[in-house]
Amino acid sequence: MGNVMAIAQSRPRADYEDFLYHEAALLDQWRLEEWFALFAPGATYEVPTMGKARDATPDNALFYVADDYRRLRHRVDRLLKKAAHAEWPRSSHVRMIGNVRVEGADERGTQIACSFVTYRSKNNITDTYIGHTYYTLVDDGGQLKIQSKRVLLGMNSLQPHGKISIIL
Amino acid sequence: MSTGSNPGQATNWIIDDPVAGVFKVNRSAFTSQEVLELERERIFDRAWLYLGHESELLNPNDFLTRSVGGRELIFNRNRKGEFQAFLNTCPHRGAQVVREPTGNAISFKCFYHGWAFNNNGKFATKSPPETYPDSFNCAGDVDLPRVPRLESYRGFYFINYDAGAESLLDFLGGAVDVLDIVSDHSPNGMEIVGGAHEYSIRANWKLLLENSFDGFHAAETHETYFDYLISELGSDVLSDIKTLQEINRAHNFPQGHSFTEARAPWGRPVARSIPTWGEKGKAQEAAMVAELNERVGPERALRIADRDRNAGFFPNLVINDIMAITVRTFYPVQPDLMLVRSWALAPVGEDLEARHRRLNNFLEFLGPGGFATPDDVEALESAQRGYAAAKLAPWNDISRGMLRALPRADDESQMRTFWREWNRRMQGGR
Repeated sequence: MGNVMAIAQSRPRADYEDFLYHEAALLDQWRLEEWFALFAPGATYEVPTMGKARDATPDNALFYVADDYRRLRHRVDRLLKKAAHAEWPRSSHVRMIGNVRVEGADERGTQIACSFVTYRSKNNITDTYIGHTYYTLVDDGGQLKIQSKRVLLGMNSLQPHGKISIIL
Repeated sequence: MSTGSNPGQATNWIIDDPVAGVFKVNRSAFTSQEVLELERERIFDRAWLYLGHESELLNPNDFLTRSVGGRELIFNRNRKGEFQAFLNTCPHRGAQVVREPTGNAISFKCFYHGWAFNNNGKFATKSPPETYPDSFNCAGDVDLPRVPRLESYRGFYFINYDAGAESLLDFLGGAVDVLDIVSDHSPNGMEIVGGAHEYSIRANWKLLLENSFDGFHAAETHETYFDYLISELGSDVLSDIKTLQEINRAHNFPQGHSFTEARAPWGRPVARSIPTWGEKGKAQEAAMVAELNERVGPERALRIADRDRNAGFFPNLVINDIMAITVRTFYPVQPDLMLVRSWALAPVGEDLEARHRRLNNFLEFLGPGGFATPDDVEALESAQRGYAAAKLAPWNDISRGMLRALPRADDESQMRTFWREWNRRMQGGR
């Protein structure tokens, strides 16, 4: 992490869009090891429950997902096993990303916001997850890496989805 | 035992043969619209249903809205701080009078035509003279309708739609032990924290009750969760599990409630430390055990700190006191669709690090984005799809451990307890 610098703000927006599209493609294709490699060590991946503020903390609010880097690694390991029953046989998904905005940059990295629609299909049922994702991206030796990814869902409950068994 | 292929004609949905050690449930109980309508009449309109916890309404005039047993309710406190429950439907034309999830108000006003009520539900609408007769509402018929019964035990509020129902305490019977134990985790009382997990499952509601205290499915369905525990805690947890079978029991009550009590390898926020919580966590947990020993005595302290419980209260309340405490309730929208809400219960004034460990544990196992619940949802939905073949494959087997003298947590006596009460009430028993 020593060479991580918050110089990412000098990039054009298309660079960030390309990065997000690449991330979405890896998830759509279940290339979870490559997806995990997009995260900087110490990174977080979080999905608060609905209606929580953008800066809510999992220390006093209920989240659906609040992975530190270690548990994110376990999440990937789990999802690659056949015993992850909700995702074996695997579902198929399509992720659409739009409204990509570069919100600013500080010593933590560059803040990127986007909107998403993710379709998950299995057992002849297609569920739609919608929301906004907030990233902090850092530049790691010329490569963008995710320092934090927080997904604020736009539905008011997990009905009828029932679960978040995929990575959003 | 008659169980016809036409569920409308069925009068008995279970086969209960304690001599042969065989117990079966007819799958029409999970698929039939007629069964659901009978459940609404004979179970949900007569049994005590969980409404909420006192900590959700901290101050006088606080309110929340919540759907319970298929009806929209207002749960509030008046100026004096008394807890009340009303049907959230305007006596004028039916619109929901309160449409916010929570708030604080001394009165409620319907947005449709502006009928207003004080927070005791009394009609308080100002109208020009001659609009309504002087005798209007002298019988209270346009007050906000009260839920017929509201009673509580240790801060857990329940409602009953049957004015003539037995008392909550009689209904809960010996199962209050579980409410006592979770309430005694802390000397400062307990509270609901951080919101709720709200989700649906495309399966019959009774499958979630079964699943929530089913010790048998854990190792198979949740293999990946135990893999995770082993990789975090070391393979010693496996030998622990074998030793711990010795203290693995189910406790069943005639009112249809049950709880299992055993000892599992994960950490308990009150109060069983695991190595990943570090020296500080270990010291904090040890201090909690000391406090418990002092306050409730060693026998009860051991149960609180070092035993894991999964409780099912008839018909639709689950309290899992495991790696965190969940309070979970669910209700059928259709035979094959339920809505689920679950909350995390925690000590008031809990240390921040202990709270962090608790909420981490909660979402990791109990939440619909965690490492376990999505697989439960998959299992329940898979079973529901299997019931499409009910005409040719009509029975679920719930016989496990039926001839064992002391029922275990990974037997199925707790499900049998539920089904006997369910069947009794479905026959018209009260």
